[in-house]
Amino acid sequence: MMADRRTFLREIFKGAGLSTIGGAVWSGFIESSAADPLVLRPPGAVPEEEFPAKCIKCGRCVENCPFGTLRLAGPGDRAAIGTPHFTARSVPCYMCRDIPCVPVCPSGALDKSLVSDKDDSGGQRLDINKAKMGLAVIDRENCIACWGIQCDACHRACPLIDKAIVLNMSRNERTGRHAFMAPEVKAEHCTGCGVCERVCITEKASIFVLPRKIAMGKAQDRYIRGWKAEDEKRLEGLGTDVRTNTPRSSKSAVDYLNNAD
Amino acid sequence: MTMMYLFVAANAYGWRVLSGNLSFAKFLEAIPLADPFAALQMLATGRVPARDVLIGAALIAVFYGLVAGRAFCAWVCPMNIVTDAANRLSRKLKLRSSGHSFGHPARQSSVEASRSMSRGVRYWVLALALALSFIMGVPAFEWISPIGMLHRGIIYGGANPGVVGGALSGVGYAAGLGLVGALCVFLFDLVAVENGFCGHVCPLGGFYSLIGRHAIIKPRYDREKCTQCMKCVDICPERQVLDMVGKCSATVTSGQCINCGRCIEVCADGRLTVRAARFPFPRFIISRW
Repeated sequence: MMADRRTFLREIFKGAGLSTIGGAVWSGFIESSAADPLVLRPPGAVPEEEFPAKCIKCGRCVENCPFGTLRLAGPGDRAAIGTPHFTARSVPCYMCRDIPCVPVCPSGALDKSLVSDKDDSGGQRLDINKAKMGLAVIDRENCIACWGIQCDACHRACPLIDKAIVLNMSRNERTGRHAFMAPEVKAEHCTGCGVCERVCITEKASIFVLPRKIAMGKAQDRYIRGWKAEDEKRLEGLGTDVRTNTPRSSKSAVDYLNNAD
Repeated sequence: MTMMYLFVAANAYGWRVLSGNLSFAKFLEAIPLADPFAALQMLATGRVPARDVLIGAALIAVFYGLVAGRAFCAWVCPMNIVTDAANRLSRKLKLRSSGHSFGHPARQSSVEASRSMSRGVRYWVLALALALSFIMGVPAFEWISPIGMLHRGIIYGGANPGVVGGALSGVGYAAGLGLVGALCVFLFDLVAVENGFCGHVCPLGGFYSLIGRHAIIKPRYDREKCTQCMKCVDICPERQVLDMVGKCSATVTSGQCINCGRCIEVCADGRLTVRAARFPFPRFIISRW
């Protein structure tokens, strides 16, 4: 077959060249299909950076979802092909207590420990309220409740009513005789199930779920809320005097008022 | 095909014989089965797959490696139906030169020569898949696999309201069913390279070729009874494995044989001149094909 060394080397060279072309196209495709940061994953999903690598695309979560919420991404979807996701506006997650989609995951892409708390004997107990699939965000410009028109569809539908979505009452100064009943999402409790987005009555939902990484900001650790115990904890063990060493600090300041000749 | 039926039924009727798909499945809700090539790519990303995936991949690898050879390609993979259809159409339309040119390069027409491609390409693609998995940190072939799209489409397409009910156009519907990838494979096999995808490019086939080299079930050729009609070579999707035909009695040794049994089926006069097996016992199984 390989007549001589020259042929052999030529074949290897050809193969390597074609592999490089193929590899470039192939990796470009992977890059682009991994690009959608707005994809919503099932409850208990590991962080999005790890998820596509861990998921084996077997669809068992999809098979076990009783509401048809989850589906595997097809070639038309922007999520990695074959991985599970859901679109809250069409079918949200209805937060089953027994979370049938998570324990069947063979690959650890859906992690039971992320949706469990400790039961009385110290074992794991599934708790769907721990899920963090995303965070509901309200467009206050287009929410009719924020206009002052009566609507509390999202608040009523929220599986964690008065925890994840609360209504803020305030006086409507324009009419002088009505109240605003504006919904507000509490990130601490919101699971990102998307039922609010599903029921929102505006033509395009004015409350919608985004991945938490997209929807939330993050303040640096150096900002301490004195009224929060966990923030105060960060101060423990730190000296109150902070000395910053820069090239200049080796020279002490000249006390020219008292020591100058 | 039976396999695909069980998967589809698992979804449509709630049967629990096989749940999952060809990437990972549970047999009778107890025994994990996983795609060993997918597991290998996951390993290449630098992560150790979960226990169920490892056990399942090992079970499948041992089964094909020791017993069935590359039978996955002929008996389980849904792409086989697509490429067979392309092959049949290509024969009907006489897109390929008739007969075989095996071992007779002089007979190779220019048409056939222009449609040839090295059978070794699949090993390059295999190596590339592992290299890209390592570099990109995701199982690379699983992200583009037309096989994956097709079996997911078949298994979930009908039962998944998200795909079907989403007010999709005909094209979108086809895309949802993973038919676009399958169509590309079909056309590639039809007009570009004969048996192009399965026999040349597919790294999963390459993977099973490598591990199935020493499997027990393999066709056996008997020179004594052979009338040299060459029908077996003509029908074979991996002709190079039948290089002993007309020369000497031997068992197929190449892992590239997909154990489809077509050679046995077409063998002249109902006399099985191409016979199964390296050991006596699988002979029984294969003579019933």
